[in-house]
Amino acid sequence: MSPAFLIIAIVTLLAAAAAMSLRNLVHCALSLVVALAGLAALYLQLDAQFVGFAQILVYVGAVAILIVFAVLLTRSDATPNQAILAPGWIAGILVSAVVFATLGWAALNSPGLPGEMPPTPEATVKNIGDLLMTRYVLPLEVIGLLLTAALIGAVIIAMKEEPLSDASRSRGNEAHSSKKLEPPHVGSYEAENGGHA
Amino acid sequence: MTPLQGCLLVSALLFAIGLAGAVTRRNAILALVGIELMLNAANLNFIAFWRYGPHPEALTGMMVVIFSIAIAAAEAAVGLALIIAIYRHYRTANLDEMKNLKG
Repeated sequence: MSPAFLIIAIVTLLAAAAAMSLRNLVHCALSLVVALAGLAALYLQLDAQFVGFAQILVYVGAVAILIVFAVLLTRSDATPNQAILAPGWIAGILVSAVVFATLGWAALNSPGLPGEMPPTPEATVKNIGDLLMTRYVLPLEVIGLLLTAALIGAVIIAMKEEPLSDASRSRGNEAHSSKKLEPPHVGSYEAENGGHA
Repeated sequence: MTPLQGCLLVSALLFAIGLAGAVTRRNAILALVGIELMLNAANLNFIAFWRYGPHPEALTGMMVVIFSIAIAAAEAAVGLALIIAIYRHYRTANLDEMKNLKG
């Protein structure tokens, strides 16, 4: 393991731990940015340049900003006075410790894991684009459809719904009646126009 | 410890941190952040196995990660929209105060 990998890994893990444990939500979002950028650096270390820059573009650029906006829109940007952990958090910590122990044991004890790095593969943008347009063209289209549906759905969910009170209903009736009254209006306007011409 | 095992350990620790945050934090936004961290840990595993595996020129692991990033972006957008809609209803973003499904 190279020292660069160790440094990046430690920074990433510390930032992730900070993102999950700080009290102030804005600080959490900012440490999440550091953790995601560290992951992008790890991808670059592993010769996955395209994925690394896509990570920076999507996560650091878009998802982090989305999270900051959600923090501000739900007015949880002030440091909370009450507890930040849910009741029963000890069980949650225990479960995640068990998960880490299992995963770490499996990673350290699996036989037949390749040890040597094979020669650097040719993962240029041209190769990736070729594959996306030939072998993976169906998943690409499905992802496009999924993103469109998800973003339209997100806008509809977050849209402010009109309160269905008596006032709005009567307003609707008014609009309806004014629509009924429209034809003579339009006609007179047209006649006026015609008279001018 | 080989470099691949180092990557796997980092990703396991990242997954555990994300799981702990998603399970224990009260705020719904931080639960979503924990889920994002878990997704990223899985992505790191894919990239590591792609790089150290026998046929890196097929770019399979990389493709999975590209699609996974797109799905994670969609998930974040929908999740945060849900949190904002729930906040408008309950005036809180704390998970343990959202007790009834019926408005």
